[in-house]
Amino acid sequence: MDMKNMRENMGWLYYQYLLITGIYVLEPWEQSIFNTLLFTMVAMVIYTSYVFVPIHVRLALEFCMISPITYGHFFAINVLVITG
Amino acid sequence: SESVRSDGSFNESLRNTSHQLVITEICFKSKCYFRNEINVQKNDKGDCFHQPRVRGEDSFEEAPMYVAVLTYMNYGIVILFGYFRDFLRAVGLEKCHQAQEREEQKDFVPLYQDFENFYKRNLYTRVRDNWNRPICSLPGPVFDIMERVSDDYNWTFRLTGRTVENVINMGSYNYLGFAENNVDLLKTVAEETRQYGVGVCSTRQELGNLSIHEKLERLVAEFLGVESAMAFGMGFATNSMNIPALVGKGCLILSDELNHTSLILGARLSGATIRVFKHNNMQSLEKMLKEAICSGQPRTHRTWKKILIMVEGIYSMEGSLVRLPEILELKKKYKAYLYLDEAHSIGAVGPIGRGVTEHFGVDPNEVDVLMGTFTKSFGAAGGYIAGKKELVDYLRSHSHSAVYATAMSPPVVEQIIRAIKCIMGVDGTTEGQRRVRQLAENTRYLRSRLKKMGFIIYGNQDSPVVPLLLYLPGKVGAFSRAMLKRKIGVVVVGFPATPITEARARFCVSAAHTREMLDKVLQSLDELGDYIKVKFSRHRSSYRPELYDETDFELDS
Repeated sequence: MDMKNMRENMGWLYYQYLLITGIYVLEPWEQSIFNTLLFTMVAMVIYTSYVFVPIHVRLALEFCMISPITYGHFFAINVLVITG
Repeated sequence: SESVRSDGSFNESLRNTSHQLVITEICFKSKCYFRNEINVQKNDKGDCFHQPRVRGEDSFEEAPMYVAVLTYMNYGIVILFGYFRDFLRAVGLEKCHQAQEREEQKDFVPLYQDFENFYKRNLYTRVRDNWNRPICSLPGPVFDIMERVSDDYNWTFRLTGRTVENVINMGSYNYLGFAENNVDLLKTVAEETRQYGVGVCSTRQELGNLSIHEKLERLVAEFLGVESAMAFGMGFATNSMNIPALVGKGCLILSDELNHTSLILGARLSGATIRVFKHNNMQSLEKMLKEAICSGQPRTHRTWKKILIMVEGIYSMEGSLVRLPEILELKKKYKAYLYLDEAHSIGAVGPIGRGVTEHFGVDPNEVDVLMGTFTKSFGAAGGYIAGKKELVDYLRSHSHSAVYATAMSPPVVEQIIRAIKCIMGVDGTTEGQRRVRQLAENTRYLRSRLKKMGFIIYGNQDSPVVPLLLYLPGKVGAFSRAMLKRKIGVVVVGFPATPITEARARFCVSAAHTREMLDKVLQSLDELGDYIKVKFSRHRSSYRPELYDETDFELDS
């Protein structure tokens, strides 16, 4: 029953996606083209963020003189000293 | 009399059941038109004309911002795909089903490259199955549709042979339910057909002026409360052929933004100067009147020969009512003429069905030209123009429609006569008044329930035309198809007839709808509204500017 409900829900969500982006009116092969393009772009965004966002975050933190990654133990001891 | 008292008390009860979202404007500033009646007590003895009419405010709620963004995004994506398909057609990978120029003409000026044809090829055709559905029964409160499928994505259709029966009709302009085939009620129509036949074979000016036409015109004049009237065979032609007879070069026409095509066509054919004022906006109209009177005609600065204000009683795409008392004040102050097109409002508004003049408690003789159609509330075909005797006599000889168009067919005329007699109560029954009251009740019920559910509904609370906003073009197609699957026939309207971002479904309430039918429609709309997610309302008040603070027309009290 749960699988059936889930499937119905996913069907409804796909229908909403078709209506909101407006591809409900297109023919099935055009919908496939649009879905492929969208999926490709989303996949590229996810891949890029997976590869590059940690590097950028680390560089930004180092720029701000906070780098808990290499000097993490010093940072933690300083915090303990200040609070304790 | 008994019926008048019951009408009065019914009005009271209607007014008392005010809806929380309706901002009722007490016409304290517009009490001018009550003159003598201001001292009449609000007791049961009051005649309908004497009770002050409260005009509810038109609502034009704005949708949330994301809806507008999504609508533009929708159109953007579909237009991109349109260009892609056009490219495939140009390259030859796909066959073009629409008309194309011949090979020899390919180097000439292109015929099918403008936006209209692009829109038709790539957007309209994709959802074309929601319009022009073939109906195979009388368009009463329920009707039968022939089932139609398309194998090539709406380029061609084929009928399967099956009929979808008992589809609830929410699209026909059958306001008082006179589109009926009950044999008892149509006895007089059959008799007149037996006497006069069906074809007239002549124009009114030549040998087509039958006695039944004269009877009809006297009856229409009596119904409206004016001196004289004239009937024409086609409602659209009534507007487009008679306005050129009334105004010409050197005249000024001030026409509302959302006027019907027939009015615009008539105005253009006349050759007069046309200026458009914002929809129902009295400040805009007054500014234009002042400017017209001060500056006169464009280059010569001579005075205008005539200034004609053209408005409609109910605007069919918005469901809004005209601001008649204010326009009459402006007209008197600036000495202009008023042309009131009551196509949708005659028979459908007003406590006894006499149109917007009765709804506002205004004397119909104050409006210079009263125009209306018999197509909507009377279940027939044709239109009329009514007013002073001199005006109608002039039109009889100078209007194109009167001189050249074939006279109305006798069964149609008799249908109008029987409908008017029914509404007036002359035929001895109270059926007509019952229908008028039923229509008002149905209208209020449908509008209030739809507003409560959270849909965005435009227009005045008393208008039987109910536009429900859908905005996104994808949802327009999905809505219409889903409603047909639930056996409800609706009319959806999209781009050329409405602004591009405001696609809507338009319901026309009928007196023939029973409470069960309306409940079924409301229940389906509720479910569908949640499934498709078109319940955009956030119960915000109208964004059109409030107009009652700044007008400075004089009120004679």
